[in-house]
Amino acid sequence: METKQLGGKPIEIDEDGFIQDPGSWDEAVARDLALTESVAEMTDDHWKVVNYLRQYYLQYNMAPMIRKLCKETGFKLKEIYDLFPSGPAKGACKVAGLPKPTGCV
Amino acid sequence: MATFDEPGYYDPDELVQIQRHPPVTPWMETPVDFRPGTFIYPGKPKNLHVLGLPHPHEWAVTDADWKLPQGWQQIILDGMAERLSRYRSFQLFMDICVRCGACADKCHFFIGSGDPKNMPVLRAELLRSIYRKDFTALGKVFGKLAGGRPLTEDVIKEWFYYFYQCTECRRCSVFCPYGIDTAEITMMGRELLGLLGLYVNWVIEPVANCYRFGNHLGIQPHGMVDTLEFMAGDIEEATGITVDLPINKKGAEILFFTPSGDFVADPGIYTCMAYMLLFHELGIDYTWSTYASDGGNFGLFTSHETMKRLNAKIYAEAKRLGVKWILGGECGHMWRVVHQYMNTMNGPADFLEVPTSPVTGTVFEHARSAKTVHIMEFLADVIKHGKLPLDPARNDHIRVTFHDSCNPARGMGILEEPRYVLRNVCNHFYEMPENTIREQTFCCGGGAGLGTDENMEMRLRGGLPRGNAVRYVQERYGVNQLAAMCAIDRATLVTVCDYWAPGVNVTGISELVANATVFRGEKRRTHNLRLEPIPGMADELADADAVLETRGEVGAHA
Repeated sequence: METKQLGGKPIEIDEDGFIQDPGSWDEAVARDLALTESVAEMTDDHWKVVNYLRQYYLQYNMAPMIRKLCKETGFKLKEIYDLFPSGPAKGACKVAGLPKPTGCV
Repeated sequence: MATFDEPGYYDPDELVQIQRHPPVTPWMETPVDFRPGTFIYPGKPKNLHVLGLPHPHEWAVTDADWKLPQGWQQIILDGMAERLSRYRSFQLFMDICVRCGACADKCHFFIGSGDPKNMPVLRAELLRSIYRKDFTALGKVFGKLAGGRPLTEDVIKEWFYYFYQCTECRRCSVFCPYGIDTAEITMMGRELLGLLGLYVNWVIEPVANCYRFGNHLGIQPHGMVDTLEFMAGDIEEATGITVDLPINKKGAEILFFTPSGDFVADPGIYTCMAYMLLFHELGIDYTWSTYASDGGNFGLFTSHETMKRLNAKIYAEAKRLGVKWILGGECGHMWRVVHQYMNTMNGPADFLEVPTSPVTGTVFEHARSAKTVHIMEFLADVIKHGKLPLDPARNDHIRVTFHDSCNPARGMGILEEPRYVLRNVCNHFYEMPENTIREQTFCCGGGAGLGTDENMEMRLRGGLPRGNAVRYVQERYGVNQLAAMCAIDRATLVTVCDYWAPGVNVTGISELVANATVFRGEKRRTHNLRLEPIPGMADELADADAVLETRGEVGAHA
């Protein structure tokens, strides 16, 4: 497993760049993860999405369905793609420190 | 800028250029070229630990050294010997192939990649050559002359590459004059790789999740409740109907289970919402379970033992809740597990009753043993008895084709029920060419645990025959939607269609049924379950009222 400097500390990531220990996440880590997702600067809108995903994950141990993410943050799917070019699952979830989703998805 | 794991990375004309010249070196002397986009990442050790599987270790596909355990050759040979004695089919399939080549051009991966080792006959030969060398008298004496070869690390790498370039769809076996089921050879190959701790993470992580939480995504009970409640909210927004949400309800008549992908992934969620609406309308006494919370079973793609462990929850939960029988949703491989293994593997389910529809009284005789009925069998029967008020004109903006999912179609023969349902809920239904449907259906290219994005090039190549057939009906009939009753299809065919037939989107069948149903107490239906406006809906309101009046109710829109 590869280790990368994120937020000033060494963090294990998988082949797709998702962090392996959700507990090692903090805002500095998120900012560095955002750079890997072609997000040069985390704006308030970026944080709104990331914080919602983070809070949902901590409560439910899963990512919310995209439809719920849109409804709760008020962003249309296209706007989320504008914020995170790889989209909600691969882009926003990665920045929020969630694991890569697997299964029939 | 797209990367290799995104469809946009591949130019629209790129993947149709297929290398049809085999390598100049003989196949035994042609090692695998692990090219990004054509292989899947290794299973993470933490997942093997959860399952208690042997030799969890860190390794990378592109490493020269895969860190195989001490004595790995003997582990493989012992594993083969055990399986040859345990499965008569395996022994038979190793012995009887005459290399006639009837299967060669039937595989979607061979058609789309041109790689000779994706011809089912040669894929099987990767394993058969070891069998010949070590398990037959001729091979022991004559070695290569008798088609045998020594077991080296390169053989293991080749197995890993090609047994995870087979979706176990069994199209090749339809054409084999000896009835060799190459999917079973792939299954054996994967089991043997597993003895060395070699899995793909796209399979083994869902399996580890399923073992702990009952579903591939690791959804816990409160997460499942939150998800279903959110869907109920959207249902209310679209239809004005407040559906019941029975979860873990003891004494319910029917236990319902469906693939967990449909709890979170678009467009599967709309099919999930459709179940809730339809069960509400039909007044069925059913329950969801937060324990038996996945119809999918990636254990089927791992090993027989793993499949059995994951599937045990279904009957256990049916017994705990005291239901009479089990109804399963639109899942593909689940139906192979349920109808070909479950009753002998986890049964007998003698505490359940022979499934009988509470709506029509139909006794599902064919499910007398497994006690489990497919949602399309159930809905086809409901529609046949006129128990669901339908207004197919609500789907008139859709020109739909139907993709037979490999396991329900080829594996189980559920061919007519989905078509009967579709014809009743859509006025515009068009079949793809006959050598691409029913028993001869072409795989989505992402089944059996191959549907992950790092495998994008192979998914698109494997999806070429299906995508090409979709393109045909798109150009000929203006098809704009593809219906499939499998969650892997709903997840992976979106990508296949985007690349090979852009403009065609994907749906489950139940979603179309719910969109065509005139529900009791519904509000003016201007939006479908995706909350998209329904074209021409204003004109239809009068039709909907007519349907309601024929069953003695006042038209809701009068």
